[in-house]
Amino acid sequence: MAATRPIISCRDLTRIYRMGDQEVRALDGVTLDIHEGEFVAIMGPSGSGKSSLMNLIGALDRPTSGEMWINGRALSEMNRDELADLRNETLGFVFQQFNLLPRQDAFQNVRLPLRYARKDVGDIDARARACLEMVGLGSRMDHRPMQLSGGQQQRVAIARALANRPRILLADEPTGALDSKTTVEIMQLMQDLNRQGITVVVITHEAEVASYAARQIHFLDGKVEADTAHPELKRARGG
Amino acid sequence: MKYGVATSSAAEALFSNPLRSLLTMLGIIIGVASVMVMMSIGEGAKAAIEKQISAVGTNVLTLQPGTMNRGGRNQGGGSGRPFNETDVAAVADLPFVESATGILSGQANAVSEEANWVTNIQGGTASFFEVNNWKVDEGRAFSEQEAQGGAAVVVVGKTAAKNLFPGGNIVGQRIRVNSVPVEVIGVLESKGQGGGGGMGPDRDDTLVGPLSMVRNRITGGNRWVSRHVSRIQILVQDGYDVAEAQEEVSTMMRDRRRIEPGQPDNFMVVNFADMIKQRAAVAETMSTLLAFTAAVSLIVGGVGVMNIMLVSVTERTREIGLRMAIGARGGDILLQFLFEAIALCTLGGVIGMAIGWLGVLGYAQLSQAPMVVSPIIVATALGAAASVGLIFGFFPARRAAQLDPIQALRYD
Repeated sequence: MAATRPIISCRDLTRIYRMGDQEVRALDGVTLDIHEGEFVAIMGPSGSGKSSLMNLIGALDRPTSGEMWINGRALSEMNRDELADLRNETLGFVFQQFNLLPRQDAFQNVRLPLRYARKDVGDIDARARACLEMVGLGSRMDHRPMQLSGGQQQRVAIARALANRPRILLADEPTGALDSKTTVEIMQLMQDLNRQGITVVVITHEAEVASYAARQIHFLDGKVEADTAHPELKRARGG
Repeated sequence: MKYGVATSSAAEALFSNPLRSLLTMLGIIIGVASVMVMMSIGEGAKAAIEKQISAVGTNVLTLQPGTMNRGGRNQGGGSGRPFNETDVAAVADLPFVESATGILSGQANAVSEEANWVTNIQGGTASFFEVNNWKVDEGRAFSEQEAQGGAAVVVVGKTAAKNLFPGGNIVGQRIRVNSVPVEVIGVLESKGQGGGGGMGPDRDDTLVGPLSMVRNRITGGNRWVSRHVSRIQILVQDGYDVAEAQEEVSTMMRDRRRIEPGQPDNFMVVNFADMIKQRAAVAETMSTLLAFTAAVSLIVGGVGVMNIMLVSVTERTREIGLRMAIGARGGDILLQFLFEAIALCTLGGVIGMAIGWLGVLGYAQLSQAPMVVSPIIVATALGAAASVGLIFGFFPARRAAQLDPIQALRYD
């Protein structure tokens, strides 16, 4: 793993939210590297800061202090449009609530990121179709989200995340709304994608889901509490 | 900017809630419809006035008897000292006068083999047709010799012709005018209604004959005035200032009648085209004012559109967040909502135009007033609607574009 360069690199990240006159320290000096091709699960109880980290890695939010690099580029030096392009080209998002556009069918939902792409993506329709086939929904392309099961909707969302051939797939509680059988299917799909070279970062609070990942990072109170890639960390902390 | 995704998203939003779209468009529909009706009325009035001006001629002056005070009472127009043919000759001698004709008019009881018709007859010289810019449609006008010789011939206007000869065979027929037999030698082209305001007398309901013949045999004229004419029409040479000509005719007449300085004129020099133009200016101000009032409803409609767009942005906050998460730039979101507002207003504009068109047709039917729907009106109405969308859609669209992605995505 040391042979590959880190595709996500965080240095001393702090994120403070202001709620009225109260300050909430959601992230408190987080430093971590994720290398290309890793499958990482980020775990922790709610409020531990794992979602805040996900928002930062996803270029959806900016840290209060600290610096981060994605694919070698420092996010603090990028403007709003450049961040949008980074999300479009390098990152793929999968959400707990799927976030599909309800009035559009599966095919149109998967096409959406391709239509926002600024670089040439070739045949948009062919790509969208290929992505849906990859997640096993080749026969349901004209179904609207309401006509699909939860697991199928999450597959559409994954196909959408893959449409622009991202380097990193970010999944925020991807199985939170699914039953256990479907959970297994979705996590196996993620494993497949990881084997094809995509870096996968999954946020979850379920140990079973996290077990699909090769590396688990535990968060507590905005800090990295444990990291299976760095066992010395826990010893240092826990004493 | 990604226009394709913006337009298709806008169209989808528009048709996903048709009732709301329609209600939102209502203000625009009413605004565009009324702008269109008002502009059409204005254009119609303008066209009618232009037609009247061209019928009267822009460089024609009319010399009429003035008013006279008798016993401290104004006797009304035409009561002043009458003109005679020496006045006509004096006017015709002025250097800037192209031609002039004296006219004597009176009532005429015309009888053809087919019908009776009460109309008026105008006696004039051969210049009558040139001065009035009035062409003969069928047959011919009378010549200078016929005019001087007092030939018993008349040229008839379209309306008089239609009533006297329902059968259609006109030229060469003989009719009796106030019991005097005359020959119809020509039919004049149509001049339409004159006098301004759209509802003047029918200028085609007339007979025109040689001045001396009309005076000596048909109307009689003023028996106290030798060679009487009731008015004089003057055609001013092209390029000569008509207002100045008006001034000089007036000076010459005061001279002829030896009116002391300070005494009022006992005649009038009238420029009918000028009078019509003044009335037209009033009409135009009026229709501009009405169109402006109609435009206010467009603005009110625009505020309605802005309101609904703001609601729509709020309702779709999560959708906006999702679009941003998968790579939409702020500009893409701005364009999407701007297109939605413009599409909403333009569609409302098209519907409003259809309704406005029906309104124009209905109004034209009811009032008999001429109305004109020109491409300029259509373009103005549509352009106004689209601009309302652009202006009032911008603020909601900008608000959508400036949303914070993470807050939008977590919004519920």
